[in-house]
Amino acid sequence: MSPEVTSYIIEVAYICAVALFILSLRWLSAPASARRGVLAGEIGMGLAIAATLLHHGIISYQWIAIALVVGCVVGVPLGMVPMTAVPQRTALSHAFGALATAMVGTAEYYIGVPNIPRFTMSALGIEVILGSLTFTASLMAAGKLQEVLPQRPITYKGQNVVNLSLLAGAILIAITLVLHPEMSYLFPILIIISLAFGFLMVIPIGGADMPTVISLLNSYAGLSAAAMGFVLQSKLLIVAGALDGSSGFILSVIMSRAMNRSFTNVLFGAFGQVQESAVKIEQKPVHSATADEAGAILAAASSVMVVPGYGMAVAQAQHRVRELYDLLSRRGVSVRFAIHPVAGRMPGHMNVLLAEADVPYDKLLDMDEANLEFPEVDVALVIGANDVTNPAARHDRSSPIYGMPILDVDKAHTVMVIKRGMSPGFAGIDNELYYTPKTLMLFGDAKAFVGSIVRELSSNGAAH
Amino acid sequence: MSDLMSNLYVLVLAAFLGFEVIRRVSPLLHTPLMSLTNALDAIAVVGAIVIAGEQRGTLATVLGTLAVAASASNIVGGFLITDRMLKMFKAGPKTKSS
Repeated sequence: MSPEVTSYIIEVAYICAVALFILSLRWLSAPASARRGVLAGEIGMGLAIAATLLHHGIISYQWIAIALVVGCVVGVPLGMVPMTAVPQRTALSHAFGALATAMVGTAEYYIGVPNIPRFTMSALGIEVILGSLTFTASLMAAGKLQEVLPQRPITYKGQNVVNLSLLAGAILIAITLVLHPEMSYLFPILIIISLAFGFLMVIPIGGADMPTVISLLNSYAGLSAAAMGFVLQSKLLIVAGALDGSSGFILSVIMSRAMNRSFTNVLFGAFGQVQESAVKIEQKPVHSATADEAGAILAAASSVMVVPGYGMAVAQAQHRVRELYDLLSRRGVSVRFAIHPVAGRMPGHMNVLLAEADVPYDKLLDMDEANLEFPEVDVALVIGANDVTNPAARHDRSSPIYGMPILDVDKAHTVMVIKRGMSPGFAGIDNELYYTPKTLMLFGDAKAFVGSIVRELSSNGAAH
Repeated sequence: MSDLMSNLYVLVLAAFLGFEVIRRVSPLLHTPLMSLTNALDAIAVVGAIVIAGEQRGTLATVLGTLAVAASASNIVGGFLITDRMLKMFKAGPKTKSS
């Protein structure tokens, strides 16, 4: 085949891949067609890779083959992790993706130097800065999620000044390289500063802010791939990068809205620290109940809304929750789940855990749907969620979470909260929900407590 | 220069298209959405393959090879876990209840 015919074939394959990628995301909009979306994505990816192997510039296939095999060997276990490890796996794959774009950018620089047109060099600069900072930031996020690193924010004086000067330094070096691409000694410095910035950027971020941060890193990884598309003149990369970038961007907006905070506040706010003054633990009376009392109340209800949070994931309670769902449904109780957008450690985290435990997805309500239902609900059962149920967010202007959209759990007729103790949540804010007369506190580990309610209900059922 | 302009057109159109398509994804599926876009983003592998195979210096070949491996692991792992997650999402027995 002549080179023209080959490059024509490659372009056609890339166009098909682009169309399949878009269809893939389109089909993901509903659970019924979502798996078809994955298939479309796989076919598109296969086409693109097969076509690329025809590229006339490729002289040796040896390293490509080795790398593809290594990639599969690493990728399969990363695809088989348990569902509870999905947030850290996602952060890790952002790191891999960013690493790949940063390395391709570096290789392109050293291949092209010193004759790199200004525009190409600008795109290269963006690609390498975003790729490098996303790499270290995602590794840090994965470490925090895996609890290899402390989840609490680490802050020090002048942190924001240090971070912003690093970023400014990286941008300045990139601009210098655009004007003088031959100053190749600057290139490693650019990479090191960007890596350092990514590392320091995530240090002050606490566990509960992870959904926003992961989404933001997703967006950066996409943007750096799009920048790579400009360097390589590849529209396929530009489209895929733009799709990933806008997906991450939309998710970040949804997440930060759900916390009533801006991106800058998440990245530079170090939430946990600001709140320390807000902790006023007052000794107010609470009502508590035992597992058999809780079981009796649940069994007598006609509708129950379960509100899961990160605590459910930590306690691995989702399978017990499902057993409870089964028992109550069999008794004719309507059981549904109210899921706050930032419940858990990444967007959609609770949905995946509950789906894994075989809870049908039509029982999972998002925040707006659930809030319409709460006034009609007999029992709201809060499992491991705290700040997203705090009514202070609606009316207490002095509360640090004032304005944050919450689940209106307090509008249910009866509220039951499973909690280890009375310690305040992540933001260190006391939750007034716990002191209202209609709230019953169920003290204990989420998994153990739901387990004893289940035992109580099933022995009761057997007696009848 | 016309190449640059047409690439910018593609970027802008794709960003708007992505925005419209992804806005429709139900919050239910936000985790699979992220792992799927992650796999699609690993299309960077096409750039990496060319660099790994062009033999333009040891550094470029090493970086290209590593980049192919990193992207390939994202492709395999990303599609695999997305499909595993989506398989778990099942509708209830009666859809028109409540």
